[in-house]
Amino acid sequence: MATTLPKLDSQESPKSNGNGVMDRRSFLRATALAGGGMMLAYYIEPVTKVMAAQFGPPVTLLPTSFITITPDGVITLIAKNPEIGQGVKAMLPMLIAEELDADWNDVRIEQGDLEAKYGLQIAGGSTATPMNWDPLRQVGAGGRAMLITAAAQTWGVPASACSTTASRVHHDPTGRSLSYGELAMKAAAVAPPDPKTLKLKDPKDYRIIGKTTANPDIKKIVTGKPLFGIDFTMPGMLYANYEKCPVFGGKVKSANLDEVKAMPGIRHAFIVDPGPDPSALAGGVAIVADSWYQARYARDNKLKVEWDNGPTAAQSSQLYAATSLELAKKEPGQVLRKDGDADSAFSSAKHVVEASYSYPFLSHVPLEPQNCSAYFKDGKLELWAPSQTPANGVAQAARALGIDQKDITLHLTRVGGGFGRRLTDDYVVEAAMIAKQVGVPVKLLWTREQDMAHDFYRPAGFHFLKGGVDANGKIVAWRNHFVTFGEKGRFAQSAGLSGEEFPSRFIPNFSQLASMMPSGVPMGAMRAPGSNAIAFVMQSFIDELAHAAGKDPVQFRLDLLASTPLPVAAPPPGTPVAFAPVAFDAARMRGVLQAVAERSGWGKRKLPPGSAMGVAFHFSHRGYFAEVAEVHVSPSKAVKVHKAWVVGDIGSQVINPGAAQNISQGAVIEGMSHAMGYEITIDAGRAVQSNFHQYPPLRLTQAPVDIDVYFLKTDNPPTGLGEPALPPMIPAITNAIFTATGHRVRSLPLQPQGYSWA
Amino acid sequence: MPYNLTVNGRPTTVDVPAETPLLWVIRDILDLKGTKYGCGMALCGCCTVHLNGEAVRSCTTAISAAAGKHVTTLEGLSEDGTHPVQVAWQEIDVPQCGYCQAGQIMSASALLAKNPHPTDADIDAAMDGNICRCGTYLRIRKAIHRAAEIHAKQTAQFTHADLIESEKA
Repeated sequence: MATTLPKLDSQESPKSNGNGVMDRRSFLRATALAGGGMMLAYYIEPVTKVMAAQFGPPVTLLPTSFITITPDGVITLIAKNPEIGQGVKAMLPMLIAEELDADWNDVRIEQGDLEAKYGLQIAGGSTATPMNWDPLRQVGAGGRAMLITAAAQTWGVPASACSTTASRVHHDPTGRSLSYGELAMKAAAVAPPDPKTLKLKDPKDYRIIGKTTANPDIKKIVTGKPLFGIDFTMPGMLYANYEKCPVFGGKVKSANLDEVKAMPGIRHAFIVDPGPDPSALAGGVAIVADSWYQARYARDNKLKVEWDNGPTAAQSSQLYAATSLELAKKEPGQVLRKDGDADSAFSSAKHVVEASYSYPFLSHVPLEPQNCSAYFKDGKLELWAPSQTPANGVAQAARALGIDQKDITLHLTRVGGGFGRRLTDDYVVEAAMIAKQVGVPVKLLWTREQDMAHDFYRPAGFHFLKGGVDANGKIVAWRNHFVTFGEKGRFAQSAGLSGEEFPSRFIPNFSQLASMMPSGVPMGAMRAPGSNAIAFVMQSFIDELAHAAGKDPVQFRLDLLASTPLPVAAPPPGTPVAFAPVAFDAARMRGVLQAVAERSGWGKRKLPPGSAMGVAFHFSHRGYFAEVAEVHVSPSKAVKVHKAWVVGDIGSQVINPGAAQNISQGAVIEGMSHAMGYEITIDAGRAVQSNFHQYPPLRLTQAPVDIDVYFLKTDNPPTGLGEPALPPMIPAITNAIFTATGHRVRSLPLQPQGYSWA
Repeated sequence: MPYNLTVNGRPTTVDVPAETPLLWVIRDILDLKGTKYGCGMALCGCCTVHLNGEAVRSCTTAISAAAGKHVTTLEGLSEDGTHPVQVAWQEIDVPQCGYCQAGQIMSASALLAKNPHPTDADIDAAMDGNICRCGTYLRIRKAIHRAAEIHAKQTAQFTHADLIESEKA
């Protein structure tokens, strides 16, 4: 007799839930978000308004949508967002449980499907914390109020005379108490209170928030239970592979489908035409078999496709680099910000440094290759998708199949790494198209090679910089001509730069300029989009100026942050109010910079020959991070990062400290991968690198012995951690390499410049 | 053609072409989903299993090479998570996304079976073939040391109990 508070819609009827949360217009907004990390990074508070501007007004989250309590006292909480390894499956329910005043031992966590009642369900932009900090605490507090009302009714006492401790309501004057389980049935009938009337806990009374809480899936992970998208099966399922043109934007002319169909186990082979939006559906050949290996075997050993490569076949990384040099010599296409007169200020500067910086395209390479299971029957589609933007997947699948979004159900699976790759739902649409054709459940799985060949890559970029320092060691002039990808005045996805990007506003004569070149390479957001490359450029060049001025790199940065900032530029006319920029808070950055200098013993420890420390900071996704790397470089350019220090300011509260440490250490490891080996080269319109031998993520041997992570708690609302710890590590390492060797690293990655890991 | 092998202690026969990778036999024919596909080229280690006690990459091990041998997958370490490596992984809360961890655990358990007290250098050498894209390496090192401790404690208890048993006899 599982009476529940409340009953879950999803358990009653998976088909009847309201997935129609996004119309076509909001799909476009979702696409904008996928590449819009920059926007989120700068126009920062309140994030709820920013998200509302992109996705429509937020849904009021009801306690009854998230909390189920059974008479045996088990409290089931819905984790609503996609879990990609960032820890939301524990973190979001912790917010509910805290204000529900639940005993965490009573809590079970269930992954929610895509449903309108859960509000925005997205893993992107480090938004889970700022978007849900208030609403989900209110959900918990609302549930607690319902339980108190039920207890007060039972005892015939005023609710105000009741209190709660872990999973119990008490009537203090009489000493009576009832467990949440005992109250569940009655509480389910109580109307949820208005969230505005709820009083939330004083943080000093927290029992769950701020306490390390284990990954709720840990036992399933260590015992190998089916959990990820790739693990999903159902009776009668077939397995698919989908081969696309290796040249971006290319199409199928013809394919030897009959020969493929004659291969063992092959049930279907057919050509899929590109959809109206090629980022949602590129043309290709679907091969559907009894087992995935049969599909793959036929693809590898039999399939022959004649491709129409299209115009991108003429493009290459080499061409982009050459074009960037030409554009750098010309007048910039756009002025992103201009203060004072940088060009004339250079003439009065004591030291002038000119340098050009560049970084390559990157692939996300989550270890779980792209996959999605789909079942199309009687005009309705059911999806099992490891997606970071499931609503976007539904909207795009609906468009491609020409069906209503209401006829699509999407189940969220655990995701084997996201890093931004799964903000784009191309594999969901492909699975949907194949499922419609074959009429039985089908699991689409890409090979690793297909994953690397068909990414939405972190854009490459080129910066042409000039900086001037006066006799006092102060930066007086800065000019950056950023050559990037885009057309008709619009940056390509994640290829933009804000006029407000630091050190903007902290230098009196400052020009942030941009020129664009077209490209057929698909681009998209990758963990800390924009920032993951821009931090390298800005923090390296600031370091160059510090050395030119003969100043300590930490002190030089502190001085820069201490100057009075110029006003934030007015947003372009027509910008929605929600996007009004909010200033980067230099005091918060000084705080983390001072703390990381202290914790790392900056300038105080004598290091062996060949060793040095490098420092960098970066502000992104509302988080302030300063990081130090202690690096040894051998005469043969073998690099060892002995230790790294991370200090972050993400507000007043770190919700799950253990997970926060884990993900911050992971950000350092990922930064090291960017620094040394990650590079996607484009040749003849296709990605050259195909697997991990050519695109090496950091390995355990290369990992530092220790990565010190510390959070400075400041009186600011808690913000996200998925992204902002990453960007500073790359320049911290390359700045250390400069101090150790005298070689200034101005392009990434290090490997083609003769470096390797020790 | 049919191949006989023992998977997690159970004798099994599968009828697949000789070149079929052990990985896909495990995942799609035997329906054991713990072992993961990551690269298909023995570069990432997600698919690591034990073949007669040796850690191997099942994505490049043809079924013909596994015939007549004992295969242990993550599910075969223990179903309830009580193998010392599984216990340590839970205690340290190693994973982020968790996708690579089956392979990590299988490499770690193969190491500990041969070398119950590995040094950091031993761990680095044994774990170099396993990529963790989320970067949980520091916790992996810690968890392997912890698993060695748990294993040592269990062995000590075992030995002690065995001693008492033998004395009684």
